Amino acid sequence: MDVRTEREEPEIDLTDAAALAAPAGTPGEMIAEEVSAWFGSHKVLENLNLHMPAGRVTALIGPSGCGKSTFIRILNRMHELVVGAALAGSVLLDGADIYGPHHRPTDTRRRIGMVFQKPNPFPTMSVYDNVLSGLKLTRSRATDRDALVEQCLGRAGLWNEVKNRLRAAGGALSGGQQQRLCIARALAVQPEVLLMDEPCSALDPTSTRRIEETIEEIKQQVTIVIVTHNMQQAQRISEQCAFFNVNEGEPGRIVEIGPTAQIFENPKDQRTADYVHGRFG
Amino acid sequence: MSVDLDDPGLQAPPDSPNGHVELAPMRPGALRWNDVAIFLGAAVSSLSLVWLVYERLAPTSGALGFLICWVLTFLLVYWIVVREVDGPLVATDKLVAVGIGIVAVGLLVPLVSILVYIIYQGLHALTVGFFLRDMTGISPQQPASAGGAAHAIVGSLEQVGLALVISVPIGITAAVYMNEVRGRMTRAVRTFVNAMSGVPSIVAGLFIYAIWLLQFHHSFSGFAAALALSILMLPTVARTAEEVLRLVPDGLREASLALGSPEWRTTWSVVLPTARSGLVTAVILGMARAVGETAPLIMTSFGTQTMNWNPFSGAQQSLPLFVWQQYQLGGGAVGTPGFLRAFTGAFALIMVVLILFVIARLFGRSKFSSR
Amino acid sequence: MDDAPGAALATSDAAGPRAISRNRTTADRVYRGVAAAGGMVTFVVLFLIGLFLVIRSVAALQVAGLKFFTTASWPPALTEHSQFGIAAIVYYTVEIALIALAIAVPVSIATALFIAEYAPRQIRKPLTSLVDLLAAVPSLIYGLWGFFYLQPKMVGISEWLNMHLGFIPIFQVTERLFTSSPFIAGVVVSLMVVPISTSVMREVFSQTPQGEKEAALALGGTRWGMVRKVVLPFGVGGMIGGSMLGLGRALGETIAVAIIISPLLTISPHILQSGGNSVAAWIALRFSESTGGLPLSALMAAGLTLFLLTLGVNVIASFIVSRSRSGSGIEI
Repeated sequence: MDVRTEREEPEIDLTDAAALAAPAGTPGEMIAEEVSAWFGSHKVLENLNLHMPAGRVTALIGPSGCGKSTFIRILNRMHELVVGAALAGSVLLDGADIYGPHHRPTDTRRRIGMVFQKPNPFPTMSVYDNVLSGLKLTRSRATDRDALVEQCLGRAGLWNEVKNRLRAAGGALSGGQQQRLCIARALAVQPEVLLMDEPCSALDPTSTRRIEETIEEIKQQVTIVIVTHNMQQAQRISEQCAFFNVNEGEPGRIVEIGPTAQIFENPKDQRTADYVHGRFG
Repeated sequence: MSVDLDDPGLQAPPDSPNGHVELAPMRPGALRWNDVAIFLGAAVSSLSLVWLVYERLAPTSGALGFLICWVLTFLLVYWIVVREVDGPLVATDKLVAVGIGIVAVGLLVPLVSILVYIIYQGLHALTVGFFLRDMTGISPQQPASAGGAAHAIVGSLEQVGLALVISVPIGITAAVYMNEVRGRMTRAVRTFVNAMSGVPSIVAGLFIYAIWLLQFHHSFSGFAAALALSILMLPTVARTAEEVLRLVPDGLREASLALGSPEWRTTWSVVLPTARSGLVTAVILGMARAVGETAPLIMTSFGTQTMNWNPFSGAQQSLPLFVWQQYQLGGGAVGTPGFLRAFTGAFALIMVVLILFVIARLFGRSKFSSR
Repeated sequence: MDDAPGAALATSDAAGPRAISRNRTTADRVYRGVAAAGGMVTFVVLFLIGLFLVIRSVAALQVAGLKFFTTASWPPALTEHSQFGIAAIVYYTVEIALIALAIAVPVSIATALFIAEYAPRQIRKPLTSLVDLLAAVPSLIYGLWGFFYLQPKMVGISEWLNMHLGFIPIFQVTERLFTSSPFIAGVVVSLMVVPISTSVMREVFSQTPQGEKEAALALGGTRWGMVRKVVLPFGVGGMIGGSMLGLGRALGETIAVAIIISPLLTISPHILQSGGNSVAAWIALRFSESTGGLPLSALMAAGLTLFLLTLGVNVIASFIVSRSRSGSGIEI
């Protein structure tokens, strides 16, 4: 007798697909197909399917421990850095599987940037050099470095605060400023997608608000996928939400995907409703 | 039991406006005057006791024996007194604490003794000529002021310098392999580095003699000595460098990789610069070890009386070898010219080691000092 | 991380993991290769040391055979018919090392315990620096200080031991010459061993799980009780490993012993009496007289013995520390 719980079928709300899709030809569209993940022999994610449209913000919500961070690290090939990590399925960026045999991890990571939960600017470099560090590390060139620094810091909402101390050490800024510096650094290599793993969880409300403004400003050029525990934040900034859940002893799965308004006001699955109304999580 | 609200003991003291009594903070775990008094009392009483009895019990031991007797008597007296005051459990506890403390702090005694003795004897015969002249044509009987150790100083500088050039890149590369690349052989390499750090210095010298001088038919040279010294320096540099690299937070590596950087760039541009001060400490510690090694020099650079600027050909003198050979010429007697020269050299040597040590400590005082 | 992930998990089920192509750039491949080469240099050097010592020892070992390890004499001029061996030399090497350990191990344990458990926070760092400074002082300096300064003072202690504890065989003497004895050499060597052992033990003690320590105190134990029941049992691996590491250092100690000891080739158990030896000191002292094939080869054979001995001690020490509960995070 089959004692497995019934397979979760991810729900993509097709009636709102038109609202979800970006203008045709915009780069930065990501699709995860049948993604599963293991740490050693322990399966942590099972058969995830998620379409992240270009130019939009997709929020990944759900209780802790259901694999949202693992999933997001699969999207920029950071998952494989852990000893014993394994995955199945494919991740398409603009139609091409980033795990394909001819794709370099380094190229993928340049096109799909990441901002981490704990701000990690390079402490021995100045603010100016921190922003440009991605270029140096990937041997990319910039025609006008000063302009690029100003543009990236501006988009990250940090320019006015540091324009007079660009040579100060990157580690000397406050937590919120450091995180915005990390965003500027990630933007400097012109990624198509920006992954954000709970970027505001360690920050004060003012910095959080500033970063949310940044997300709003840059999302047209950079697809955003953000993991967040803060449901009000998800409602504020995302167009689409994916709700992750996990049962004890089982790998994590996506329970429901849909436009943000629908997920919060009229979720299709009872578990989604329980979560967004605060009954667990 | 009813409470009498008119009881003056329950009223607030006149100074507190809202009726709360201000209590002074307590520190239950701190040292009390009582404990200090017992400690000092035991020390003084045992001192007097030993003073009176010492001459009778131990006819030949000098100051060292006196010190030992005093310490033992002190421990006994202290234990007895604390036992009376606080009971046997606490007495054992305090006895152990004091005993261990005496032993640990007692390590200061030989260290200070060594430094003071060497500095004192070395300063005696120190002249400016020591740094400027070599020993060409000076016979052992001539007074210590004749000749100097300039050739030894030059040799030490060159040999340690060459050893640095050889061992530092290899050591840091090995540390990078163990901590950054983390390949399949990491555990094996770590074992080899540990094994190499146990190689006796004389064996390193014999090995270089066997391979460089006998097999490849070279003659004694400063370079051969540098090869032997790098065998001794390499494990020190590799191990300290690995510890330092381990302290670099993983978040920085992740940030660099997430930007699309290849591994080598992450190591070269992010990890190594962040660990720079710690790596410099590793190098300085390796230098401090190399500069004092004597045994391997006997069979690699051999030593000479004259100045030899070329480390690649011909025997070369260096500071520890100079001290060793002068000691032998001095015949093991105090005050001979050999003795004086040896101690002057020893003084110079320990000054160099002290300076390197202090520099390493100061450098390591950034956020990467682990101990 | 080198193996393709998923290989172990591949099942017939199509939902198994996929192999990930690493696709490293050439620069990265070169980088990893260079790093691996740097790591393997250590192995190559160790291998070459063993190889060349063996090659150069063959001549002497052919003459002396296995008797090399059992003969206790070493005539000044060696020919094919000489009888020579390192028995006495090794005996004294071990004897001096054991004397050094007998002093150094308790002192190291006490010092390490003090720094890890008893010392107030402010003096922890200075005390650690002090111990490290003791390690930085060259062996040559220890030898000179030990011979000219310490020895005259130690002679009195040797005489006292001989007079009052003379019923113990090792404290007896056949002639009343107390200078240049294994005892004095052992004391000086112990000063060199203490910093190494203390370092390892201190690191081990400071990794004692906080929870267990608090449990012992919460039950009403004194600090010494907590140390006895929690810290010391936890640190057994580190104590043994640290002691063996110190043993390795003591066995290989050259110059300090060469300065203090008066070389002796007859085995005698009287540690207070003049006369002793060590393999390393013997090689250092005899090298300049040993020109030509056989004498040099004999010294090489002695060096090979010392190399294997210290290598064995170090490997065992490493093994014990890493296998013990306390040592899993420690490198010695």
